[in-house]
Amino acid sequence: MIGDWLDIGWLDQIPARGSRTVTVAGGEEVAVFRTADNRVFALANRCPHKGGPLSQGIVHGHSVACPLHNWRIALATGEAQGEDKGCAPTIPVKVDAGRVLLCRTSTLKAAA
Amino acid sequence: MDFLVSASDPDPMPDTPSGAAPGLPHLVVIGNGMAGCRAVEELIARDAGRYRVTIFGAEPRVNYNRIMLSPVLAGEKTFDDIVINDAAWYADNAIDLIAGDPVAAIDRTAKTVTSRSGRSVRYDKLLIATGSDPFIIPVPGKDLPGVISFRDMDDVDHMLAAADRGGSAVVIGGGLLGLEAAHGLSLRGMRVTVLHLMPTLMERQLDEAAAWLLKSALEARGQTVLTGADTAEILGDGKVEAVRLKDGREIPADLVVMAVGIRPSVALAREAGLAVGRGIQVDDHMVTSDPDVLAVGECVEHDGQVYGLVAPLWDMCRALADGLVDQPSGYRASVTSTKLKVAGLDVFSAGDFAGGEGCEDIVLRDASRGVYKRVVLKHDRVVGAVLYGDTADGGWYFDLMRRGEDISATRDLLIFGQAFASGGGQADPKAAVAALSDGAEICGCNGVSKGQVVSCIAKGAHSLDAVRSGCKASASCGSCTGLVETLLALTLGEDVEAGPKTMCKCTSFGHDDVRREIVAQGMRSIPEVMHRLHWSTPDGCSSCRPALNYYLLCALPGEYEDDQQSRFVNERLHANIQKDGTYSVVPRMWGGITSPQELRAIADVVEKYDAPMVKVTGGQRLDIFGIKKEDLPAVWADLNAAGMVSGHAYGKALRTVKTCVGSEWCRFGTQDSTGLGVKLERGFWGSWMPHKFKMAVSGCPRNCAEATIKDFGVVCVDSGYELHVGGNGGIHVRATDLLTKVASEEEAIHVAAAFVQLYREEARYLERTAPWIERVGLQHIKDRVVEDAAGRDALADRFWYSQRFSQDDPWAERASGAAREQHAHMAHFQPQMMEVAE
Repeated sequence: MIGDWLDIGWLDQIPARGSRTVTVAGGEEVAVFRTADNRVFALANRCPHKGGPLSQGIVHGHSVACPLHNWRIALATGEAQGEDKGCAPTIPVKVDAGRVLLCRTSTLKAAA
Repeated sequence: MDFLVSASDPDPMPDTPSGAAPGLPHLVVIGNGMAGCRAVEELIARDAGRYRVTIFGAEPRVNYNRIMLSPVLAGEKTFDDIVINDAAWYADNAIDLIAGDPVAAIDRTAKTVTSRSGRSVRYDKLLIATGSDPFIIPVPGKDLPGVISFRDMDDVDHMLAAADRGGSAVVIGGGLLGLEAAHGLSLRGMRVTVLHLMPTLMERQLDEAAAWLLKSALEARGQTVLTGADTAEILGDGKVEAVRLKDGREIPADLVVMAVGIRPSVALAREAGLAVGRGIQVDDHMVTSDPDVLAVGECVEHDGQVYGLVAPLWDMCRALADGLVDQPSGYRASVTSTKLKVAGLDVFSAGDFAGGEGCEDIVLRDASRGVYKRVVLKHDRVVGAVLYGDTADGGWYFDLMRRGEDISATRDLLIFGQAFASGGGQADPKAAVAALSDGAEICGCNGVSKGQVVSCIAKGAHSLDAVRSGCKASASCGSCTGLVETLLALTLGEDVEAGPKTMCKCTSFGHDDVRREIVAQGMRSIPEVMHRLHWSTPDGCSSCRPALNYYLLCALPGEYEDDQQSRFVNERLHANIQKDGTYSVVPRMWGGITSPQELRAIADVVEKYDAPMVKVTGGQRLDIFGIKKEDLPAVWADLNAAGMVSGHAYGKALRTVKTCVGSEWCRFGTQDSTGLGVKLERGFWGSWMPHKFKMAVSGCPRNCAEATIKDFGVVCVDSGYELHVGGNGGIHVRATDLLTKVASEEEAIHVAAAFVQLYREEARYLERTAPWIERVGLQHIKDRVVEDAAGRDALADRFWYSQRFSQDDPWAERASGAAREQHAHMAHFQPQMMEVAE
């Protein structure tokens, strides 16, 4: 625990163009994404469409394709792209000295 | 399809060919190659009924695109693909084709030609289009078996046969043809050495810098390139064994390809007493020293020039046809440019690049990208250009050169290409194409100008396919496809009809184009494909990435490293994702047969992991539902322990082989259908395919295994096995087509392997066998898998080779700890404590 940030591990633990999950007891899973250009994003692991686990989608550019029905979700905003409407909650995340840090309050809110 | 045309017996009435009206003046064409046929095409386009036409060809074939022999050698095209005019064209236009029986003599007094077999035909107008002969350097050993040239389909057949035997090849000549031959032979697995007499490769098209880049790139691909290499002798006892150079070096060779140059084929004309210099001398209307004898193509000399490239030929044919219909236009010497792919490397040159007095060079080098550009100026006009690595602006430089445009205003930006020099620095490909003049060449393979493409579109060709069949632009190598599409968009706006769809929004290429280029350019990774084919997105999308991953996997068995991040979740986690984010697991049951031990293990897994449901599937398997991704490795370990492996119920791969009990139990059974089903499943499991693939074997025509709605279905009968393909029980139910019938299990399995490999190599990603067969036609499948025995064997060989790398149980790997992170959470938090607990 570092102040308002939760240390979840090394950046290297997330595959490039991939994602890992973080669970919060009693709450919703968080999907933490790493893009090809090494940016990190975090979303509730739930597609706004039918609740598909976004962490299992194909990550391309700064978006992810939901594995259930191929909705494309923008990683930065959680917004569904194209014709689809809906939004997955975002969780602030940053990388510091190779460690991935999730915003504590937002993670808790996701758990609530 | 068989395009071989045999020389028929001499016609008893040679002056009245079938299908043509008598009384018309008779045009006899010597040469069934690109020039002869193009001239006839141009004539027909102007006035179809003016002449009756007879064409003599030395090769026993219809007319094909000789400059596309290289892709045939490289395995990117088949002979069928490069046919320009098939037998129907000759029939439709009432042209008598006499193939495989070359003209041996011309009698200008009697106005007849006589063929080798003695056939004599009278002409009113004679067109000589004999092309050129390969130059064979007069060294000892040049006539040994195994020494060939690279000029026609027979030479390609020789090279293919040699490549099948493997070993070493020496290509003499480092010009375009030689390098193409070397590339094809190298792709086909031979060790290739190129011998070039001059100090640099392709010295007539490339300057020293570009030639050096080319040489380095070829060497990086495993070829040996020796420049300044002067051949002294070809050694061998009864067949070629080595080449000795004047400096004493000996290079072992099982095949020697002579590609040192070509010479106009003028022997016939010279014997007939026509004026001949380096080539057959013609005037601006392609008329020789005899007003009733014309000549066109590589065999002619016009204004002191002979041409060995294809572009001038198109201009000559136009001038010739204009003259034949009494609307003479006249041919003027062609300024030539060369835009080539040599061994998949882009090269362009045009005009005078030797420099010299009054010439100035503008040069751009980008070594890390492998790009070199040089534009030669004289009095503020472009007089030559050499481009290597990035040839996109070749057409523009060439156009500037031909128009003689003053470039002083844009000189600063000239080298950066049209987009920059034409203003703004913003690349607008549409504006660039719109700015091309009507005479600018769009399709180099078929000599089609921008004006011709636009008029073809104006006449109703509203799709890429229609343009391809209308004026042949983009119909050969496809490198101008983007230009043609832009012209469609510019001419028609919204009204362009979609042709073959592009793979996705990331690219302008269709699946077939991408696949062809992957093989042609020897691409080895997804980023490389995206880079070379100019993907518009940094790392693709969820449509193109899985497709590219599959195409590379199929092209490079055992070499390509699968990209897990480009797999759909099911293929990454080896289980089927369900709507609640849990997974279902289907262990393989070979041929649908199970045992008490397997059933017990499945029952134990269901209880141990609290699976809410277990279900019998349509493919005769048991499907365990509701498994969490964290539990998958443990489930697999338990199933593995009972001898079960992944059922691939999640994959674009062989799903199940459904069987009935067959002759072992059933009173109607004719063959051992379960036994064959098990053999098929054991042989074919694990192979990645364009889409899921289902098989079935029924023991008799009652067909209890429903084999006739499977991708590959076997129906056993008393006398053997009926093999059915292309069935589907999904949204659009489609019954199979009967492919063939065989007598033994071994043959059934062999045909299955060939069929599956053809599907793997030719179907588009996510295309099931049913739509694939409807698209390409059952006859195509039969031609490749049934009629062509050697082709069938080769397909099956490639299938079994790739299977050597695909039959590792992915479950066992995961159960032993591979890719553990895919199944584990990265961290876990308790809200009260907020502790990391991985």
